[in-house]
Amino acid sequence: MKLTVRVWRQSGPDTEGQLVDYPVDGISTDMSFLEMLDTLNQQLIDAGEQPVAFDHDCREGICGSCGVVINGQAHGPETTTTCQLHMRAFSDGDIIDVEPWRAKGFPVIKDLVVDRSAFDRIIQAGGYITAPTGAAPDAHAAPVPKPDADLAFDNATCIGCGACVAACPNGSAMLFTAAKVSHLNSLPQGQPERTQRVLDMVDTMDAEGFGGCTNSGECTLACPKGIPLTSITTLNREFLKAARKARK
Amino acid sequence: MGELSMLDYTIGEPITDTKAPSGPIDERWSARKFSAKLVNPANRRKHRVIVVGTGLAGGSAGATLAEQGYHVVQFCFQDSPRRAHSVAAQGGINAAKNYRNDGDSVHRLFYDTVKGGDFRSRESNVYRLAEVSAQIIDQAVAQGVPFAREYGGLLDTRSFGGVQVQRTFYARGQTGQQLLIGAYQALSRQIDAGNVELHPRTEMLDLIVVDGRARGIVARDLVTGEVSTHLADAVVLATGGYGNVFYLSTNAKGSNASAIWRAHKRGAYFANPCFTQIHPTCIPRSGDHQSKLTLMSESLRNDGRIWVPKAKQDPRPPDQIPEDERDYYLERLYPSFGNLVPRDIASRAAKNICDAGFGVGPGGLGVYLDFADAIARLGRPAVEARYGNLFDMYQRITAENPYEVPMRIYPAIHYTMGGLWVDYDLQSTIPGMFVIGEANFSDHGANRLGASALMQGLADGYFVLPATLNDYIGQGGFTDVTLDDPAVVEAQTGVRDRIERLLSVNGTRSVDSFHRELGLMMWDHCGMARTAEGLRKALERVPELRAEFWRDVRIPGTGEELNQELEKAGRVADFLELAELLLLDALVREESCGGHFREEHQTPEGEAARDDENFSHVSAWEYGEKPVLHKEPLNFDYVHPTQRSYT
Repeated sequence: MKLTVRVWRQSGPDTEGQLVDYPVDGISTDMSFLEMLDTLNQQLIDAGEQPVAFDHDCREGICGSCGVVINGQAHGPETTTTCQLHMRAFSDGDIIDVEPWRAKGFPVIKDLVVDRSAFDRIIQAGGYITAPTGAAPDAHAAPVPKPDADLAFDNATCIGCGACVAACPNGSAMLFTAAKVSHLNSLPQGQPERTQRVLDMVDTMDAEGFGGCTNSGECTLACPKGIPLTSITTLNREFLKAARKARK
Repeated sequence: MGELSMLDYTIGEPITDTKAPSGPIDERWSARKFSAKLVNPANRRKHRVIVVGTGLAGGSAGATLAEQGYHVVQFCFQDSPRRAHSVAAQGGINAAKNYRNDGDSVHRLFYDTVKGGDFRSRESNVYRLAEVSAQIIDQAVAQGVPFAREYGGLLDTRSFGGVQVQRTFYARGQTGQQLLIGAYQALSRQIDAGNVELHPRTEMLDLIVVDGRARGIVARDLVTGEVSTHLADAVVLATGGYGNVFYLSTNAKGSNASAIWRAHKRGAYFANPCFTQIHPTCIPRSGDHQSKLTLMSESLRNDGRIWVPKAKQDPRPPDQIPEDERDYYLERLYPSFGNLVPRDIASRAAKNICDAGFGVGPGGLGVYLDFADAIARLGRPAVEARYGNLFDMYQRITAENPYEVPMRIYPAIHYTMGGLWVDYDLQSTIPGMFVIGEANFSDHGANRLGASALMQGLADGYFVLPATLNDYIGQGGFTDVTLDDPAVVEAQTGVRDRIERLLSVNGTRSVDSFHRELGLMMWDHCGMARTAEGLRKALERVPELRAEFWRDVRIPGTGEELNQELEKAGRVADFLELAELLLLDALVREESCGGHFREEHQTPEGEAARDDENFSHVSAWEYGEKPVLHKEPLNFDYVHPTQRSYT
């Protein structure tokens, strides 16, 4: 396939960026989108130009490193990570726009690379269970009903890629935060810190510059791991309960 | 040995003391822990410990050491510690819990692991691994890791390649991710508490050794390019394996050997570099553009049946090949283990059958992994519940629906059992430098059984290192090191010079083109099958390619910015050195064992033929103008070496 990719080029956080057109040739339908970018970069290097910077690592859909907006959609036309999007989703002669995640909470570092460390700070604020190492009770000591375990698991699959933020018209991190709160709060181990967890995580999320949720639902449509919108409902309920408790 | 005289290496003193306590094997770890010095909690916060890497080993170590009270300075090259490549491990984690009452025990896990490693691992280490395995599950569950559960609320388990009990705990096909997130969250808690200072997007480029002890690292901030120095009382490397030396592997693209290779050049011995695990169930490559390979969890072999058509190059689609025209070759060759034989056996069998012309798919490099029987027996929903995400992933990559047509799989480079040499305390030959997880060599021998890498990473990080590092710190004797110390300045200058040198080559070939060429050569001559002739050929070519790299590599941009080509170049330069040691080690080890298959050494049935007489040792290489080989003899007092049989 022969394509034109229009890539966002920005040399640093404080410089202006712009979309630049690049023709790429010899694209196989079996290539992943990142392999297409690799091909483009080899062309650029051979031509003595700067390759496009983009984040990627495992290339099997689980590390959450990769993520670009393709033709206006986070991770592109299919519900998956960019590394698992294949060029068979496109046609010969297509013009493809490639941009970084855009959100106040994710400043651009270079080209398609953004800073997602705000997500780490949301987790640091309380997205864990305080369990000192070495002295845990036997794993069978606290049975977990299967539906609860499954609900926890469904939310624990979040890979922290940030597509939810990029897709949200408000640049909100609600789905990410909701996934972690739903994961931990639905397990017996998560109960003791349940109240403080949600208050601290939501506080940090707001302080990091992420917008509010207006239930547009774009986040869940873009989520490669299918974190459901109902997790946000859970987050809201947990937050209201916690806030009431805290006021008492 | 006459024919080896052309090789430029020398034999050094054997390694006789690994610091493992003597006495009954089940008391050794307790004895070691009791003899280890303790450090008063108030004194711990006066000590800085550097941890490089945030995977299962590094993340769990950082969290635990910080919780103990040490001041931890932690590094990862990814933008977040949650993205370390342990996240991609799918199948599960073993533990000797015997929850199934199927005859499992610490001793049996120990036995299976020593045997599975083809008698090239240390009994003391493996026993300890089996011993702490049960605690890992307790720890992870306490952290909220959502393992699979039965309807009664208790944990579910399944079986895995190479064993006959159900001791593998799992979280759908994302066990690595869930365990890593558990460790990451524990680490995050310590970051928030101020006990861990985290440096993401930062790469270790050298080790600082002062007065013979590891005292810090030189690192590069990958965003700004700033080269900085970090000092500490101990350094822990948890930087994973070096499988990317083969270019195509199941490793993440960023996984690299730089940290351990630089430490090797500073005096840490490198052990058994030729022990590379080939994983039998990867998605075959689709073309020359391929940048990495994707593993399908080995757990698929629990219910999937592996076969090829009985007729060579049978053109029919798989569903039109009748039952009696299929060769279920693993079930035929290894009736008692069938599709669950260990990884090295399954991989080699796939290679042999494809080499004989029976392979399926493009280029004939693939075999079928068929779920038709499982779907008929269990129903599609049950198969979906067990492997759904793996099936989805397969379909996404190949555009074939594995519920309807069998998957195609082929072996690929997956895990490196070799790594930096460590003693029983996980300390390298450089005092104060500890190496944990895949970065060290110690527990797996020549082959790794499924679901044991997660176990080792977490055992090292949560339980072993925290006890032994205490002992090292407790022995004290730390002098003050300042930034103007000649050893610090020398390491810093070396790093800056090397970056300058890379950038100034300004040649014509991209970094990737060198990496691909190296990888292909390694796969051809040092992959699933190795011969003296092929290894010698590669040993001639690698130094030439290395010279060409330093003469002709092209790296655009500067060192003072985010420069991904420069990052890659530094790593490939290291692979070009490590590759030579790997080849040499494979050439010197004149036997077959585990993942190391020398064609000259096989049984009449075509299985790996070990030579316990001459090679029951760890090969620990010391860096120098000529490599020096130190042999650590292996003793088997509890599991007596036999020809591994899975028939």
